[in-house]
Amino acid sequence: MDYVLSIIGPLAEGSLVTLKLFFITLALAVPLGLGLALIRISRFTVASQAVNGYLWLMRGTPLMLQLLFIYFALPFLPVVGVRLPDFPAAIVAFALNYAAYFAEIFRAGIQSIDRGQYEGAKVLGFSYSQTMRRIVLPQVVKRILPPMSNETITLVKDTSLIYVLALNDLLRAARGIVQRDFTITPFVVAAAFYLLMTLVLTWFFQRLEKRHAVYD
Amino acid sequence: MPSMTEAMPMTSPMTSPMILAEGICKRFGSHDVLKGVSLTMARGEVIAVIGPSGSGKSTFLRCLNHLETIDAGRINIEGDTLVANDAQGRARYVADAEVRRICARMGMVFQHFNLFPHLTVLQNIIEAPITVKGLKRESILPKAEALLRKVGLLDKRDAYPSRLSGGQKQRVAIARALAMEPDIMLFDEPTSALDPELTGEVLRTIRQLADEHMTMLVVTHEMGFAREVASRVVFMDGGELIESRPAAAFFAQPEHPRTRAFLESML
Repeated sequence: MDYVLSIIGPLAEGSLVTLKLFFITLALAVPLGLGLALIRISRFTVASQAVNGYLWLMRGTPLMLQLLFIYFALPFLPVVGVRLPDFPAAIVAFALNYAAYFAEIFRAGIQSIDRGQYEGAKVLGFSYSQTMRRIVLPQVVKRILPPMSNETITLVKDTSLIYVLALNDLLRAARGIVQRDFTITPFVVAAAFYLLMTLVLTWFFQRLEKRHAVYD
Repeated sequence: MPSMTEAMPMTSPMTSPMILAEGICKRFGSHDVLKGVSLTMARGEVIAVIGPSGSGKSTFLRCLNHLETIDAGRINIEGDTLVANDAQGRARYVADAEVRRICARMGMVFQHFNLFPHLTVLQNIIEAPITVKGLKRESILPKAEALLRKVGLLDKRDAYPSRLSGGQKQRVAIARALAMEPDIMLFDEPTSALDPELTGEVLRTIRQLADEHMTMLVVTHEMGFAREVASRVVFMDGGELIESRPAAAFFAQPEHPRTRAFLESML
């Protein structure tokens, strides 16, 4: 027990890295994904197709590869070639990748809204952006909560990929202790940390769903 | 063929017809839904549009407020041009902002209500005045409550649409349209999605509006309603306007054989 208490400190530090990546990714990927979804369903075919290609690229290659590419290969590219420090590189890769998945969730949500809602808004004089903001998106939120819950839980666990950039997230911290102390206890404690995070997330989404159920 | 209305100067909105539709053509793919439909509507008129399903009556109504775009023809609303033919005979709409300004004078009620499910009854009614007209919530509230009282649903003001019956939903939809203070009300089969015992309450509300001289165009299957409330009945079939006469005359002595056949089939 004393041993478990002694490793909680470093693992909590690792959790902070994990959580920081998690929240910053969400804060960037959600608006970016919404923008991508809106372009994807717009009547600007060129932009829509470009988004399509982007989704294919980001969903069609491993996140790990994208991480490595942005950190190691980006500096050698012309024009966009910048060398990002490790944590910012991780954030860019995660945000770009998750925005692609979010975009498809948002698109599904937006397209599930009945045409009558658009017509009802139009005859009342709503512009397209007013219709989106006041009528469509508030209803979309409710419908996409279950898939968003899925995706964010996956994100919590995907953060462990940043060990390839030698960032000390929760899992890498645990592995370090495992190798130092020759015991698997840190893995068990790390699992408990992950479970706690996803438990909070699950609970949070359940509450959101309940709140949106009032108009069922 | 130049009509009477076309010959008249249309400078003052008081003398202009509320709705002037001329030679409206609309096709979906290779199917001609409207084959040159013309209709003139004066202030305070209540016109019932009847006809078999697929006759184009709903499409015609939807063309009037730009839910559908027409391929050829002319639509004037209170003297303002919404769309007119260019030299090649293709319909050209005025600028988007103008389209919105003109269409804002028409309220519309749908067959399937199209209430906003995430908003309460009261929010459904005040949302457009606040968002579109930029009114303050406090300034629109008395009017919204008066409208709810008028349609008999003030006690449901904080209910969500899912808790209402079809008839109640449709009455909220009517109140919602009226909150924008339209000059013309368009009804697209307002009772077709309702259980028979619920149509009465909706028709009573529409009749009440007729008594207040609201200009209304009602696409309907309710012959009794058309006979009693409408000042004029228009019969459409196969994308054409077959007959348009005062309600009493229309039902007493329908002129066109297709009208007669339709009326007989409805009995």
